This record gives sequence, structure tokens and C-alpha cells, in this order.
Amino acid sequence: MEATQAAPVKYDMDVVRWFTIASVIYGVVGTLIGVIIAFQLAFPVLNFDNPYLSFGRLRPLHTNAVIFAFGGCTLMATGFYIVQRTGATRLWSNGLAWFTFWGWNLIIVLAVITLPLGLTQGKEYAELIWPIDILIAVVWLSFGLNHIMTTAIRKTSHIYVSNWFTMGMIVMITYLHVVNSLALPVSLTESFSIYSGVQDAMIQWWWGHNAVGFYLTGGFLGIMYYFVPKQAQRPVYSYRLSVLHFWTLTFGYVWLGAHHLQYTALPDWTGSLGAAVSLAMIIPSWGGAMNGMMTLSGAWDKLRTDYILRFLVTSLAFYAMSTFDGPVMSIKTVNALSHYTDWTVGHVHAGALGWMAMVSFGALYHLVKKLWNTEMYSDSLVNVHFWVALVGAVIYVVAMWVSGIMQGLMWRDYDEYGTLTYSFVESVSAMHPYYVMRAVGGALFNLGTVIMLYNVVMTVRQSSATRGVGVVPAKA
Amino acid sequence: MSDHDKIYSTKLQDKIERSTLMMFVFTAVAVAIGGIVEIVPLFYLPNTGMAGGDGTFNKTTHKDAQGNAVPMDKIVWNPATSAHKTLDDWQPGDGVRPHRPLELAGRSIYIREGCFLCHSQMIRPFRDEKDRYGHYSIAEESMYDHTYQWGSKRTGPDLARVGGKYSDEWQRRHLKYPREVVPESVMPNYFFLDKAMVNSEQTVKTMQTMTRMPFNPVPKTIYTDAYLAGAKAQLEGKTEMDAVIAYLQSLGNHVKFQEGVNYRD
Repeated sequence: MEATQAAPVKYDMDVVRWFTIASVIYGVVGTLIGVIIAFQLAFPVLNFDNPYLSFGRLRPLHTNAVIFAFGGCTLMATGFYIVQRTGATRLWSNGLAWFTFWGWNLIIVLAVITLPLGLTQGKEYAELIWPIDILIAVVWLSFGLNHIMTTAIRKTSHIYVSNWFTMGMIVMITYLHVVNSLALPVSLTESFSIYSGVQDAMIQWWWGHNAVGFYLTGGFLGIMYYFVPKQAQRPVYSYRLSVLHFWTLTFGYVWLGAHHLQYTALPDWTGSLGAAVSLAMIIPSWGGAMNGMMTLSGAWDKLRTDYILRFLVTSLAFYAMSTFDGPVMSIKTVNALSHYTDWTVGHVHAGALGWMAMVSFGALYHLVKKLWNTEMYSDSLVNVHFWVALVGAVIYVVAMWVSGIMQGLMWRDYDEYGTLTYSFVESVSAMHPYYVMRAVGGALFNLGTVIMLYNVVMTVRQSSATRGVGVVPAKA
Repeated sequence: MSDHDKIYSTKLQDKIERSTLMMFVFTAVAVAIGGIVEIVPLFYLPNTGMAGGDGTFNKTTHKDAQGNAVPMDKIVWNPATSAHKTLDDWQPGDGVRPHRPLELAGRSIYIREGCFLCHSQMIRPFRDEKDRYGHYSIAEESMYDHTYQWGSKRTGPDLARVGGKYSDEWQRRHLKYPREVVPESVMPNYFFLDKAMVNSEQTVKTMQTMTRMPFNPVPKTIYTDAYLAGAKAQLEGKTEMDAVIAYLQSLGNHVKFQEGVNYRD
């Protein structure tokens, strides 16, 4: 990274600015939809007897908004930023980057229109209908090509570790999206998977888990490896751990999808293999988390004053925690209890709120300061955001852990006569208090994103008032 | 990088880090392997519900307590060997069959409304699931389910064997206003299904598409041209509610399970 500071280089940062702002906005929208559907599960009257607002249609909109709109824009903002800064070069094609920006946002708009209309392929996290799928492939490849070509024209000798992770994500998501989305259309808006039953299930979870592994983990590890050292002003703790972290995850994560299908009609060997590799993944995951944490060696005092660093460090703690939780859940005996319950939802949100969103917030605040060459409008609001988000995430995750384990135990409970103790609906009503708690936790998290949006808007306004719009940052 | 970490990994790693092309190729290969190992065998190994080209289900043999193989046409309906020759004559227990027109229309609505997000259709081989839902699900039962419906979450109960468990009238009342029948339910009201008519043209097209699938297509001996021609008449005057109920009532009663047979290997 030394080379980036050597000579003044002109960067293409306008597109990064737009992606950054878009991401902050989608953070608010995506979590808001999440809060709505969380309240719907606690109080079903909130479906408003309106098909377009019913849980079954809004839930895919929530997942798509947080993963692809918020997460995607964050990944593209940081991806384009990091690849330029670490390579000391401008983008390979600024025009193509703008195509990516408008294309990706068009996809998001189309998702907002089609999902509430009930237009879906019915595959989790891959709901969007086939014409949009084709558009996703084109826009994704435009991002991938631009990123990889910018890596290729870098002025530095070595490719920085963040860009390895981003490259892994680009390649894997392309494989996954293409193979999982293969379908025969019946009309412009409806299609059916070319696979069925066992094969479709395995391919779906190969997609599902690796969207987590390469997009929500790999992509965001790329963010971590750049922004943690930058914000802490310390080099990455261990180069060798980075190498280990990257190659083991890249090779190993792919195998985990089968653990979503334990005890189903999928052959047993597939699930067992998935679980075995899942357990092995604890080592590189924790190695990576340690690598990020230890980067703060000698700089821990900064946590007292640097609120952005708090986001980044907390995200690593959540990363370590969910990469332990996940492998435990993949063990067959645990999975027998946890599968189909809220425990899964809790696990996902420990990762999504605690790791992915927290590391994004840290990176986005850092970006806003750099891109507009200014301090934040209010540092204390960053701190408020941090605490609101942390408390919200903890409430959410704990509520779901408790309700999930309770569900699992109630479903399998027998009385002294050898009959099932609880009817299914008794487990539903037992969930009510936890569903309320979860909704409150989510609402807090959503409030945090609103605070962030306000803070970012005020920061940008303040910087354009004092310096004029579109200032290119003067130095690293 | 920090001082104590002066030893760089290996020459190969160093080379890879200097070359975008090498990084790309090594990554592209590394991420491909796991998926290939886990997915490809599911297309040719037994017990995956995959009809081989010769109709043998890739040598799948479920054995009864005496060690005799259960013929596959006892599990997957075969009009050539069954006493019931057409989809309309088919009886529960004849074996896994594709959906009838109205059921298929209902399945599309089931997908449209995101039912699979809260209801699984995959019973696991546990005592409590047997007592609550019935016999564990087997691979063949979802072999015609293009876009599988196993689900991943039970906010509501599993539906794999809900067929015949409740009357049509109960289903109708429950779908319209779930809390009228089950006060604790958190399911949305689907009263609006009663007001919309089934899209019969789209359903017939869906049936045709199912016969063209590259893997596990519906055999043309089942969706015959004559059957497809008569499909539209079956959908005449039916509401979306009728369709969803027909779909739910068709779930889970296809196979007559025998005691002592291990259907998992």
C-alpha cells in the first residue's frame, strides 16, 4: 500500500461517491422493509389485507434490498475505491463503471416493482424473474470485468489482498448466478427451474450458502482488509494469515451449501461432507478475524475516540461469532434441532447485522470523509449510530436464538404418555414475545441507518457549501 | 506488512500475486471444485429421484424387510404398468405423479405468494416429525417439482403431507381468514384468492414447459397431447382459491409407504 502514497494520481471517484450515497439510502430502505415484515409476524393485522404488502411478497423484497441494493452498492463503492487506491491507477473504464451504477440501480427499481406484484422464481435470494436475471448477469460482468482489468493495469507490483477477495467473489457469483438461475420460461414474467427436487435443492443451497460465503463474506472481507488497516493506521497484522485465510475460504466455502439440507431427501453423504468442511472452516475464519483484530495491536486506544473504528472492530467480533455459530449448526445433531427454526434467522442476522452491515457502516463513514475530503458533520452521531445498531443487533439475535431453540424443543417434546406435548400452533403463540422483541431490535437497527443517512447528507452539504461540489480528494 | 512477518509465503504465491491472470485462473479453479463434487453425482447416483434415460432411476432399489426390492413403479406412477392409465384415473397410493392442471395452477399461486418462505415440504426421518406430519419425505416425491418447494423455515407447519388432512371447506375458510379457524395463527389473509380466476392459458403453457425440462421432464405418456387438449376445460370457471386448495389436497398421498422399507438407501 506504500505505493499509493508515492505520487498524486487522478482517480475516478465520482462513481464511487454515487455508489456510496446509494448504499446509505438502501441501508435505510432495506432495514425498514425488514422491520415491517418483522412486525407482520408479531401482529398479522399489519399485512393490511393487501396482497402487495403481504409477508410472502415483502420478505423477498427485504432480502433483495439488504443483500443486493445495500450490500451490492457498498461492495461496488468499496471495490472501485480499493482497486484504484491499492493499484495507484484510475479505473480501467470510467464509462463502464457508470453503466454498472445505472444498471445495478435499474435492477433494484425493477425488483421493487416486480416482487410486490408476486412476480418471483420462488428460489430464496434468487427470486427475481428471468429477464431481470439476465440483466443482473450483464451488469455483474460489467463490474467484474472493470474491476479485474483495473487490477491488471495497476502500477503496483503485487495485487493487494482485498482485491483477491473481490476477484473470488466476482468469479464465484458469476458461476452461482448462472447455474442456479437456469430455467425454462413460460412467459415474460414466469419460469421454472430446469432442475427439480434433490438436484434443485442442492443447487439452490450451493447458491444460497455461497452468496453468503463469497458475496456477504468474501466481498466484505475485501472491505475489512482495506478499511481496518486504513482506519487504524496500522499494517495488516499478518500477511501469511491473509494468504491462509484467502485460499482456504476460496477453496473450502464452496462445499458448505449441503449443510442446509441435513436429514432431507438429499443423500446423507452430501450433507455430511458439507458439515465436515463447515467445521474445518472455523480455523480460517477465526484466523481471518484474528488477523483483523490484531491489526489494532498498539492502536487499541483509538477505540476510545474513533467511532468508525468501533464499527469495524465490532464487525470482526460478530464475524468470529457467526463463523462459530454456523459450523455448530451444520453438525447433524444440532441441525436436527435448529433447522426450520428461528435459530437460522438469528444466525443469518448475527452475520448480516453484526458483521456485514457493521463493517459496511465503518467503511462508508471512512469513504464519506475521504471522498468529500471533510470531517463528519457530527462525530457524536456516529457514536449514537454505533450504539443503537449494536443494541438493536444484539436484541434481534438473542431473541431469535431463544425463540429458535424453544421452537425446536417444543416440536420434539413428548409427554409421559408418549404423545407430542405441543400442537404446532402452541409453538407459534409461544414465539409472539420474541417476534415483538426481534421487531424492536430491528427497528433500533433501522433507526441507526436513518441517523447515518442524516449525518452523511449533512456532511456532504457542509462540504459542498465550503468547497464546491465534486472535489477530488487531494491526498490518501 | 509488519516486521515480524518478513518471510513471504512461497514463490508460487508471490507469482500469483504479481499476475492478474494467474490470480484469476487459480481462483476460478479453486471455487469450482466443491460444487462439482457435491452436485454432479446427484444426477447419476441412486436415491436422488433422478429418472435415468432408461427410466431406471439410476439403479435406485428400496428393499423391504425381507430384502426384496420394491419395484420402482410402486413408488413412481407408471401408466404402462399401473391399473390406472390416465392422470384423471390415478388414485392415491399409485405412486408419484405430476400435477393435474388445477393443482399446477395452484402451485404457481403458492410460489407467487411466497408460501414456501414459511411452510416447508420436507419431512425429516424423526419420531416427532412422523407423529406430527407423517412418513418422511423421499427424493422421488419431489422429482416433478421444477423449482423445488422443500422450504427452509417452519413459521407455519410442514405441508408435505397436508393433502386430505383437512376438508376443502376448512382449507377455504383457513386460507381466507386463518385466524377465524386458528386464532393464534400469524398467516396473512388470502381472501382475495377467491375473487381471482385461474389463468388457464398460462397453466397449459406451464404443462407444456414441464414436458420439455432437460432433467426429470413430465413424460409425454402422462401429459399426452389429448390430456393437454382437455386441460383447459378442467380449469374453466375455477378460482385461484380452488386451485390452491386442489394443490394442497394433492400433497403427500402419492406413495403407499410400507413398514420396514428403508426409502433412504
